[in-house]
Amino acid sequence: MIEVRDLTYSYPGTAAPALRAVNLSIPRGQVVGIVGANGAGKSTLCYALTGYVPHFFAGSMSGTVRVDGRDIGKVPLGQLAAEIGLVFHNPFNQISGARLTVLEEVAFGLENMGVERGAMLPRALTALQATGLEHLTERSPYSLSGGEQQRLAIAAILAMEPSVMVMDEPTSQLDPVGTREVFAVLRDLARSRRATVVVAEHKLGWLAAFSDRLIGIHNGEIVADGTPQEVFSSERIDEWRLGQPLVTKVGRAVEVAEGRPRTGLLPVTVEQALDALS
Amino acid sequence: MNLVVDGIHYRYPSGTSALEDVSLQASAGESVAVVGQNGAGKTTFAKHLNGLLKPTRGSVRAGDWDTRRHSPAQMSARVGMVFQNPGDQLFARTVWEEVAFGPRNQHLGKDAITERVESSLEAVGLLAVREGHPYDLATPQRKLVALAATLAMATPILVLDEPSLGQDTEGVSLLGALIDGLVAEGRLVLTITHDLDFALEHCPRAILMAEGRVLADGKSAEILSQSKLLSSADLEPPVLLQLAAGLEMPARIRRISEFVAAYAERPPQV
Repeated sequence: MIEVRDLTYSYPGTAAPALRAVNLSIPRGQVVGIVGANGAGKSTLCYALTGYVPHFFAGSMSGTVRVDGRDIGKVPLGQLAAEIGLVFHNPFNQISGARLTVLEEVAFGLENMGVERGAMLPRALTALQATGLEHLTERSPYSLSGGEQQRLAIAAILAMEPSVMVMDEPTSQLDPVGTREVFAVLRDLARSRRATVVVAEHKLGWLAAFSDRLIGIHNGEIVADGTPQEVFSSERIDEWRLGQPLVTKVGRAVEVAEGRPRTGLLPVTVEQALDALS
Repeated sequence: MNLVVDGIHYRYPSGTSALEDVSLQASAGESVAVVGQNGAGKTTFAKHLNGLLKPTRGSVRAGDWDTRRHSPAQMSARVGMVFQNPGDQLFARTVWEEVAFGPRNQHLGKDAITERVESSLEAVGLLAVREGHPYDLATPQRKLVALAATLAMATPILVLDEPSLGQDTEGVSLLGALIDGLVAEGRLVLTITHDLDFALEHCPRAILMAEGRVLADGKSAEILSQSKLLSSADLEPPVLLQLAAGLEMPARIRRISEFVAAYAERPPQV
């Protein structure tokens, strides 16, 4: 469970807050998507939910972020790592550089957590399997392609089995198959382990298909919060610069062409669009 | 200017075969998508087009220049390349200097350089940050700086490797409009992507690659509607073509406006 109360945050040396008066409550077992234009505050919100704001980025912060009741602004980052995982949008920022193989890289976090040797290997291998990297265990992390590095960054966090997983554009370099696999793993985490999963992404079609709930952010403020259909059907979507999946644009364009008034909910998946248009 | 790729093969020094008998002929004013999943050989193929990689067999020619006889530096006057990762090509201290580097090396006059840099930065919407450091920008903007730097070279051929990755909806629209404009000017643009919605809308022709080979080359609306063919390359048809198929509409649709028009003309449903 994540509870954000009146969170306002500015990066060091900047006047305008990157997050403004954010209030948010995310229960366990949900996949929550974060949508917004570049620069709207998606990454900053990811950092705030995981303690990187304010511990790593400093700056000025008011309000609180509680994870399972603990105020993470008051707990050192190192102590949070076992329970709260963050996948950065650039895997280069995450791969340790301290380990020579993919398997060792995934085990690195477990070593630091003091996990027993016997338990480490199965956990690392399970994470590598879930991300489709089991055939690359002996490769150097730096010899992998961008997409493979991105999966490795996800695997390293998965292995730690955190109760909260926050991901900043985790599939930006992945092809459709890789994207589907990652989203399927995230949904499974939320369902089977009751983890809280938060994903900031620009791939709106995938977010719509896999998220239980979407949060729209604009100029550092939360402007929309609801099911993917509710958020993407909002009349103010352009003003908030959240974007829409292509199917939603199609649904709206057909409405406009037929001179129909705006319906309550527009389709956000191909299946919904086919139902609506058949 | 024409681009002719004639039966190229490429093996990495490790012996791994990355390209097998890949051919392509494309002309000025064409917009061609090169699509396929990660690891299909798209980027390796792209690196052959400006001579960064030389084929083990076969040849690549931009106009009458063969990459085996012209260095990558020479080829860069004809084939502009924007890499997937902007970190691979940015090095100057200001956005302006970064974009001016290419035209300076083309020995243009001061005014011509200024004009090129301004118009390129304007095209990607970054004129306002021209005095900023490229690394102070967010990654998606850095990618646009790399694109502007390539645009400033005014090459007849452009190769864009995954340009829409990491861009938000507005960034993707900007890129699409930019590609449409370049093609209308008569440039040849090759877009390497696994975003098939983007490929369908902005590239009338598509080349489908899998495991280092060309599986299909033709009109994108035709190739990208073949779900069996695409699934053999681990891809799915673009959303518009999935809808068209599901509604038994003609599959020659590339844009939302075309979809809406075709949908309106559907025979009455029983």
